[in-house]
Amino acid sequence: MKPVRPNRNRNDQTPPPARPQGAVQSKSRLGDRFDAWMGHHSTTAIDSLLRLLRTPLQSLMTWLVVAIAVALPAVLYIALANIQNIGYSWQDSSQISVFLNKKVPDNQAEALRQRWAERTDIAAITYVSPAAALEEFKTASGLGQIVDSLDENPLPGVLLVQPSLSGSTPAGLEALEKVLRDEALVADVRIDMQWVKRLHQFMAVAQHVVTALAALLALGVLLVVGNTIRLAIENRRDEILVVKLVGGTNAYVRRPFLYTGLWYGLGGGLIALVLLTIGLYWLAGPVAQLADLYQSSFRLQGLGFIHSLQLVLLAGVTGLLGAWIAVGRHLSQIEPQ
Amino acid sequence: MIRFDAVSKRYASGHEALTRVDFEVDRGEMVFLTGHSGAGKSTLMKLIMLMERPTQGQVFVDGRNLNRLSSGQIPYYRRNVGVVFQNHQLLFDRSVFDNVALPLQIAGNSPAETGRRVRAALDKVGLLDKEQHNPIMLSGGEQQRVGIARAVVNKPSVLLADEPTGNLDPELSAEIMDLFRQFNEVGVTIMIASHDVELLKRMNKRVLGLSHGQIVHDGVVW
Ligand SMILES: Nc1ncnc2c1ncn2[C@@H]1O[C@H](COP(=O)(O)OP(=O)(O)O)[C@@H](O)[C@H]1O
Ligand SMILES: [Mg+2]
Repeated sequence: MKPVRPNRNRNDQTPPPARPQGAVQSKSRLGDRFDAWMGHHSTTAIDSLLRLLRTPLQSLMTWLVVAIAVALPAVLYIALANIQNIGYSWQDSSQISVFLNKKVPDNQAEALRQRWAERTDIAAITYVSPAAALEEFKTASGLGQIVDSLDENPLPGVLLVQPSLSGSTPAGLEALEKVLRDEALVADVRIDMQWVKRLHQFMAVAQHVVTALAALLALGVLLVVGNTIRLAIENRRDEILVVKLVGGTNAYVRRPFLYTGLWYGLGGGLIALVLLTIGLYWLAGPVAQLADLYQSSFRLQGLGFIHSLQLVLLAGVTGLLGAWIAVGRHLSQIEPQ
Repeated sequence: MIRFDAVSKRYASGHEALTRVDFEVDRGEMVFLTGHSGAGKSTLMKLIMLMERPTQGQVFVDGRNLNRLSSGQIPYYRRNVGVVFQNHQLLFDRSVFDNVALPLQIAGNSPAETGRRVRAALDKVGLLDKEQHNPIMLSGGEQQRVGIARAVVNKPSVLLADEPTGNLDPELSAEIMDLFRQFNEVGVTIMIASHDVELLKRMNKRVLGLSHGQIVHDGVVW
């Protein structure tokens, strides 16, 4: 073997002419590049979707898991919204009965009625005089003769107060009740507000529970999608290596996996929506019948268009986020060696 | 075109694969890299590809100091360096055409431009009629030619080949070498790692000899 030679022995003839093609021409124009970039986005999006559909069973499993995780809080949300609806309709029909002292003359009661009617927390107020109350009792009870035999009307005058919406909150009702009770002409105020209070408390707690549950399930979706993407990255390891070796940027390598995550999320959201719609359709009939039994016009409310859209988009974003996390953790570990 | 300036590479294992390597390859040159197994040939090429970073010294390619390239710039740098490996690194989930088109798609070429260039490259390596085949259906020599087509399709100014004829018979090796020579004739700077002494003699090109991580020979005759 020859020793190291500082002046190397060149066998080459003259250096070749500079290539007119090569680097300069290989850079296409900016507009073309943008088109190509857009093109890559759409082909990657379609390609990732087709890839998912090529393993339908496996993809369906992930979609169903995402769908269930999305549908569960959505069901609770819908249930809460409907309970709230029932609550409002009950409140609307709720009245405060203000019993006046005996012997309060009609003109004084009428003055009180007019004074209270101007309050903003009272929507409507009617006066039932003792005479009118007795008349009503006579016809309703069928005890006309007995009533007629009384030498004195035992019934007090009553003001029927319908609280306005602002007066229907637990605090508003309480304040209103105090005002009514403090009036000198008033003997008693009847209002069943315990259940209103309880309903509102229950709703507040339930809303927190639903939010916490939704957050927990969103975390579940992140993990499921993240893990699925991790496997996908592992499966395409060779391809990633080659792509990196021939000059693929990190963004280029990431892109198909991010789209895959997006498809998992959107697909899961759509399936959840279908499940919800079927469920609501299935329940709507019985609920309507039940409501009719109670002479209520209550009907089950679904999500509506905007909320449905939000649901699917939110699921999509969660899927994308899960993919993003997985890609960030696992892609950098794959470097050509 | 390629300059190594007192380059040493010590792997994390503590093994020093290259020790103070100095050499320069001019633009348009065709150089062979030889030496025993474990001499450091692949390591040297990985440094040029930025698959590894030197522990000491500097590598210049096309006047650029590779130490100064950030990880974000590496992909763009690699687009100007074609690589061919012994184990081809072809993707068997797509056609020959799609394998060769990959660097162009990555670089953001239009489909029309990509199609034109892929066919030109496949024509050059004599595989135009196999563009729709899956590479798994091709022979070893054909697969290697697909790898070469992929390495040159982007018209890189540097082409690296690590044992490109390692598992091919002499006749196929000669064909492959002929291809490299043709690319060299149009101005591509080429570095080929090979321990096939017969082949080195036949090619009659400059040879860099590596032994235990050091340059021990530089010249035509072995
Ligand atoms: N990633 C690595 N980690 C640790 N040691 C390595 C690594 N790659 C190569 N080596 C060692 O460096 C030396 C040179 O290897 P290599 O460059 O592959 O030689 P060649 O290609 O000439 O056979 C060998 O001793 C090998 O074991
Ligand atoms: Mg090697």
